[in-house]
Amino acid sequence: MAKVFIYPATSLILSDLVSRHGHTPLSSAIAVRERIQTAGLESPPLQITPEEPKKGLKWAAVEVPAGVRGRMSLYGPMIEQAEAAIIINDADLAFGCMGCARTNELIKFLLRQKDIPKLDLNYPKNEEEGVQFVAAIKRFLGELGGPK
Amino acid sequence: MTEYTPTHVGTVTKYVVVESFEVTPTDLALRGYEISKGTMIKETCFGLVVNGKEEEVDRIVTELRKMDPDHIFVKDRGFPPGDSRRCRANLGGARPGYHGMEYEMTVIPYVSHGLEALEKRDAAAVPAPKDPLEKPALDILTLKKLIKAQES
Repeated sequence: MAKVFIYPATSLILSDLVSRHGHTPLSSAIAVRERIQTAGLESPPLQITPEEPKKGLKWAAVEVPAGVRGRMSLYGPMIEQAEAAIIINDADLAFGCMGCARTNELIKFLLRQKDIPKLDLNYPKNEEEGVQFVAAIKRFLGELGGPK
Repeated sequence: MTEYTPTHVGTVTKYVVVESFEVTPTDLALRGYEISKGTMIKETCFGLVVNGKEEEVDRIVTELRKMDPDHIFVKDRGFPPGDSRRCRANLGGARPGYHGMEYEMTVIPYVSHGLEALEKRDAAAVPAPKDPLEKPALDILTLKKLIKAQES
């Protein structure tokens, strides 16, 4: 069973397909849950405290805005843990403010730098592309080993 | 800053999203209530939100999936059901994160078709999808056409 980073990290389709094939999807929900369930200082809505941008310094330089560094404290540890990655390149749903946009760029950059198996895809736009999409993910996850 | 005391510690929350002609969120909820032991199940317009101990949630999700395996999709959620920081009852408007799911719901029928088709077809024989990173060079004929269009 491999830990597979999914991009967009909130993707329902990728999260489902990865767990369907017996692997562990690394999605933003896991990082958010960790913070929501940890006691500390009240910092709604996501319990991102002033400590997070400091942790984010591991993946982004000090002159990078705190918003990006704070977000990286969620995704950085997961990218480090990742043994494979599936990236959807035309995921318009991952849009947001500049903090989200820059974090998304940094996530993709870090994944591409990392020496792990990666699968780049676009969302399917018709039924035949749907078959190709699912088949590509099935083949990719099958090659990672573990239960199929 | 005030002190924060978390609730539902040690539990997991999962979305069970259904996009099926045969199964409705109500069917899922009824089946979920039948088999659950101490989990919290919330019915929503797109499916269910299930919260509880990890093994119990996984067991329920596995059972629910059997109702229509190719049309039921599951993903993790960070917040427990009805959390005031996320629930639209408190915030007004769509729940943050709903728009992403709404977009993917438009793609899910193609994925479901893919899952169904691969039960009859061999995945190895299906051609690979177009590589999104491939940036094809401008071929000479198109370039000539562009130059001509510019000149005329």
